[in-house]
Amino acid sequence: MSVQQIPIEQPLLEVRNLKKYFPVTNSLGKVTGHVQAVNDVSFHMKKGETYGLVGESGCGKSTTGRTVLRLIEPTEGETLYKGENIYQLKGRKLLDMRRELQMVFQDPYSSLNPRKRIGHILEETLKIHRIGSKQERMDRVMDMLNKVGFQSEQYFRYPHEFSGGQRQRIGIARALMVDPSLIICDEPVSALDVSIQSQVLNLLEEIQDEFNLAYLFVSHDLSVVRHIADRIGVMYLGQMVEEASTDELFAQPLHPYTQALLSAVPLPNPTIKRERITLKGEVPSPINPPSGCVFHTRCQHATEICKKNVPVKRDVAPNHAVACHLYE
Amino acid sequence: METKLLEVKNLKTHFNTERGRVTAVDGVFFTVYAGETVGVVGESGCGKSVTAESILRLLDEKSTEYEGEILYKGKNLLTSTINDMQSVRGNDISMIFQDPMSSLNPVYTVGNQIVESIMLHQNVNKKEAYEKATEMLRLTGIPSPEKRIHEYPHELSGGMRQRVMIAMALSCQPKLLIADEPTTALDVTTQSQILDLINELKVKFNMGTVMITHDLGVVAEVCTKVVVMYLGQVIEEADVRSLFSSPYHPYTDGLLKSIPQLTGDRSKKLHVIEGKVPTLHQIPKGCRFAPRCAFASEKCHEEMPELAQADHSRKVRCWHYKEIFQAGEEGPYVSAADSY
Repeated sequence: MSVQQIPIEQPLLEVRNLKKYFPVTNSLGKVTGHVQAVNDVSFHMKKGETYGLVGESGCGKSTTGRTVLRLIEPTEGETLYKGENIYQLKGRKLLDMRRELQMVFQDPYSSLNPRKRIGHILEETLKIHRIGSKQERMDRVMDMLNKVGFQSEQYFRYPHEFSGGQRQRIGIARALMVDPSLIICDEPVSALDVSIQSQVLNLLEEIQDEFNLAYLFVSHDLSVVRHIADRIGVMYLGQMVEEASTDELFAQPLHPYTQALLSAVPLPNPTIKRERITLKGEVPSPINPPSGCVFHTRCQHATEICKKNVPVKRDVAPNHAVACHLYE
Repeated sequence: METKLLEVKNLKTHFNTERGRVTAVDGVFFTVYAGETVGVVGESGCGKSVTAESILRLLDEKSTEYEGEILYKGKNLLTSTINDMQSVRGNDISMIFQDPMSSLNPVYTVGNQIVESIMLHQNVNKKEAYEKATEMLRLTGIPSPEKRIHEYPHELSGGMRQRVMIAMALSCQPKLLIADEPTTALDVTTQSQILDLINELKVKFNMGTVMITHDLGVVAEVCTKVVVMYLGQVIEEADVRSLFSSPYHPYTDGLLKSIPQLTGDRSKKLHVIEGKVPTLHQIPKGCRFAPRCAFASEKCHEEMPELAQADHSRKVRCWHYKEIFQAGEEGPYVSAADSY
């Protein structure tokens, strides 16, 4: 995991002004508005880096992850992978791109086909990308099973024979089959118990070092993200409000939303009593987000300008950008 | 002097299933005093929710058998008649459930549902009940409750629905509140609002609270006493500070060490408890944690330890906790508290 800043180095993945609006229709099918799930999000990732995307439900973090993979088509914006715009690729080229970008899903129960044997689930990725002969594919699957901590004979088992943590390891193995350079992990441990969660997190770190992988790690759990990510982007209501290296973000959160979010996480240590910043009210509807800064309706520092002008994300320190009028 | 509200003594809950009889709860002890919050923690399948449901006898009685005693103000709830139970539920002991989306009836307004519970348990007319319901909603921090009371559950957000559930549970001012994962389905900022609310109302009504959760952060934040469960048994009981600073049971210690921290060194590898929780059909002989325990001896695999008094405020179910703990003070065994 290199965190060095070399400006000339081309980012592995660059997301520019990504927007995804979902149409809202009435009972006659007429479009009456749009859910602005992702609204002008930009960030980049370097090779071998873990980028954490955090926020509460409905903030657009999962949609961002899926749109980057083009599982959902974007409304606007572009995602460059090694300098090439993913959204303009077609056919064979798109397939090749997908080989490089893989995904691990949240729910290990619904993301594996219950009618297929584990070995076949893993082999399928290779088949799609037409890699190797039948025998080679089988050997590769066996290898991979061993790598994520299974025995070779488990090749012939079905998903229901495995526990949640084991299934998530199978999901990770599936993503690894085609030697990707970036894996999008959408809440990979949130369905797991604490003791199992640590097994999966450790596995993710081990294979990252081994395969030099980059992770786009989408999660609502700040302590997990702090553990695994090198840099973090905080999202609120479809927008990225703050972006910083992990240590910097936790040492000095700048955006009022980040501050409130961090202070709301219950610490597993009863001797520490912190000043909690309690947010008033609720997250506004993404169909009709507030004018100006999207957070101004709940922000204790909000002034007139916050209601009118949209703050632009700008660097306030090396490796630390924030979209807030307080820091202009 | 503190009043003892609830005393659970050697509770066992058996289910008769198609695959035979399983014992989901097997030896649970704890006591709740007025104004105190007792946390019941453990991973999925450890029996914490079944314990909660057993206290109010919410499980299907056709296929469930109870053993032991649940004493509420000295009366054994497990042998009470159905009518007696009905007057205890809601009036004396109330419960909040995990999922506010599915525990409210979607075809009635929230007001309707709160009023129903008030009229069932208290001798008031409908108008008074509505006033009371509005008052309760205001107490839980719902803005403009006189308007919200006429809304249906789908019109409210998750946090609001959980507030409605709390309002309903507290509408008859129970002495004891059982909260089963009340914030698990909520976002952290909403979670902190709801935890604050439960704490505030607990003080206001001098309620005893049983907080069922898997989240050790929540426990540290709101509980005074903690009961740790593993595979249907209580394996450790302690006041919250001692539990977090010096856990006696190897499972508790492992659990505390496997959570990623918000402070301190983050480059360290996470601690892993090897293996997985066995199913209820294959409960290990001897200590139930022995197959996953790094300190297990032959005795552990053969004989089940009892929940024994360790010091004045603590109980632990482990043969070797003294040696393990002492070795930890001197040697390589690092307690979870050191990593903060």
